[in-house]
Amino acid sequence: MATVDPNTLEPMPKAPPALAPGHTYGTVTDKISALVLVRPYNWRWVLGMGIGFAFLMLFLLGITVLFTYGTGVWGLNVPVMWGFAIVNFVWWVGIGHAGTLISAILLLLKQDWRTSINRFAEAMTLFAVACAGTFPLLHLGRPWLFFWLMPYPNTMALWPQWRSPLIWDVFAVSTYATVSLLFWYVGLLPDLATLRDRAKNKYAKLAYGIFALGWRGSARHWHRYRTAYMLLAALATPLVVSVHTIVAFDFAVSVIPGWHTTIFPPYFVAGAIFSGFAMVITLCVPLRAAFGLKDFITDRHLDNMAKVMLATGLIVAYGYFMEDFMAWYSGNPYENYTILQNRPFAGPYTHTYWMLITCNVIVPQLLWIKRVRSWAPLLWVISIIVNIGMWLERYIIVVTSLSRDFLVSSWSEYHGTVWDYSLYYGSLGLFASLLFLFIRFLPVIAIAEMRELIHETQHHQADEAAVAHSPQGGGH
Amino acid sequence: MPQIFHPSANTLARVSLALLVGGPLGLLTLGYLLMKSPFQTQQRVIREQPVPFSHEHHVKGLGIDCRYCHSSVETSANAGIPPTYTCMSCHSQIWSTSPMLEPVRASLKTGQPLKWNRLHDLPDFVYFHHGIHVSKGVSCESCHGRVDQMPLAWKEKPLTMEWCLECHRQPGDNLRPKDAVFAMGWEPGSSAGGQAALGQSLVRQNHVQVEQLTNCSVCHR
Repeated sequence: MATVDPNTLEPMPKAPPALAPGHTYGTVTDKISALVLVRPYNWRWVLGMGIGFAFLMLFLLGITVLFTYGTGVWGLNVPVMWGFAIVNFVWWVGIGHAGTLISAILLLLKQDWRTSINRFAEAMTLFAVACAGTFPLLHLGRPWLFFWLMPYPNTMALWPQWRSPLIWDVFAVSTYATVSLLFWYVGLLPDLATLRDRAKNKYAKLAYGIFALGWRGSARHWHRYRTAYMLLAALATPLVVSVHTIVAFDFAVSVIPGWHTTIFPPYFVAGAIFSGFAMVITLCVPLRAAFGLKDFITDRHLDNMAKVMLATGLIVAYGYFMEDFMAWYSGNPYENYTILQNRPFAGPYTHTYWMLITCNVIVPQLLWIKRVRSWAPLLWVISIIVNIGMWLERYIIVVTSLSRDFLVSSWSEYHGTVWDYSLYYGSLGLFASLLFLFIRFLPVIAIAEMRELIHETQHHQADEAAVAHSPQGGGH
Repeated sequence: MPQIFHPSANTLARVSLALLVGGPLGLLTLGYLLMKSPFQTQQRVIREQPVPFSHEHHVKGLGIDCRYCHSSVETSANAGIPPTYTCMSCHSQIWSTSPMLEPVRASLKTGQPLKWNRLHDLPDFVYFHHGIHVSKGVSCESCHGRVDQMPLAWKEKPLTMEWCLECHRQPGDNLRPKDAVFAMGWEPGSSAGGQAALGQSLVRQNHVQVEQLTNCSVCHR
């Protein structure tokens, strides 16, 4: 490589601001709080909520049928005893992870572009975990005995089996849900106080007032708030990694070829962040268009999220490659068959496998191109493709490994029945309903943190101005 | 801006915070206590029976051995409830006109067995075996209490799995010499270490394999 004269190098382009210029504390607060307090119920919200609610009813119907007739209404059979329920569980838990990544990990890394997306990303986490949490309970043959999974003193003198990753799941998911909820709620406190102070309606004042817990915004409040918030972020960060690792252990701890793979924990976590960011983009593109939030969720946010998606997508692609390589390298005929023959060529699910490769490996390569990353409609389509691809990934892992393993006499195909599908689409309805309620009643962007961002931006500009006007002139 | 909350809301907030923490904990504790209480275990609850049969009268008063009526207790899984013929082996002659015994006579006449109400009703996924307990030296009294002092029968012990396992982990505490299994009010005696030493030697002598006694397949076959 030829030496480069540093003077001819273009200066590193400065990252565009995480907020469109011209905003003050007042405009930010007005804009975001108006979405909740002033905006009338329009037909779009009612339509969205209606559709979400209709699917939620489908969910409840699916659960009613399931509880009445048992898990036999699903398409499960004896080799394939995990199907849609586990696929959906892993998929939903994965989606939740990007929310925590945005709110906790990017906070620890002091990324200013997290500010305007963290609130609804955290909400997305909560609602995704709510959807995910239902499936481990629903897929129990006797779901009314779910509490046997918890360690509590009982008259049977029985405790859970601590060596099962399914027990770890109980703890991982319930801890994750609790910490995410606390983190989200702590973050909401100053905003709830803002809404309390701005609400005109007496009952709205009362409701926001109760949930704001008497937040007065004193220096002491803020000091403790920041400490708690950082601590929760530091707590949530290892959770993100460990929760999906534990979900990966559900498979990796087994002896099934195609499951017993040591790469699963990091590869599942990367997949979780991949699919989670895809879901954040899927949600925030329509959100910012519908509510005119382009000043807050700028193209830089989309660009950065697309980059994270690309980075994790490449880790996932590496995971696929490593699975293939190791299947060949191991010299194990079962692993070789499952991964190198059954999935791509010989088995009944080859079309699913190639759809997965297209969605997760081929299509995301478009994200290398800057124009694609900043073109919202195309990015939105890619994010949906990734969501589908990540669902297929879990389907391939769960179903192809189980349907054909060690004994050929125990080979059987699995296909979802209408009740499998009803619960999957129904869980989307639960997610959508919760999301529409959230949009209606809580600020979708963290108001207090946006004000802080403005404060920081102004400081930054003042510093730069000072440097520019100083006699030395801009020498950093 | 007017105040939203009256100062009394302070009290409400404190109370609800306390309830938020204490409420679920209290409910869980209440549930646990209920599960252990006679409400759930039915201990010492007397059930209505077709004939007010008194164990006290027949055992303490008349000195009838347990095995006279519960005849399969030493050999079978089920101790058995005596058939009408057993009652009638005496009551065809004694109290043969008593109105209290009318259901027994009717049962003999029609051939329909008496419908006794079961007090010790284990779920059917528990395979309890009377014979093995009796032959290893577990007395009637250990599980059924002082039946000789029950004018009407009740369930003395909770019959929860916790209670079963307690003895399967420490069987020595409840073992007796074989000739004392059907005795009521038997005491181990103070000589040579009492129950602890006796239990240990009986565990060895009767080949009680303690380390296997808490395996799932012992009961839940």
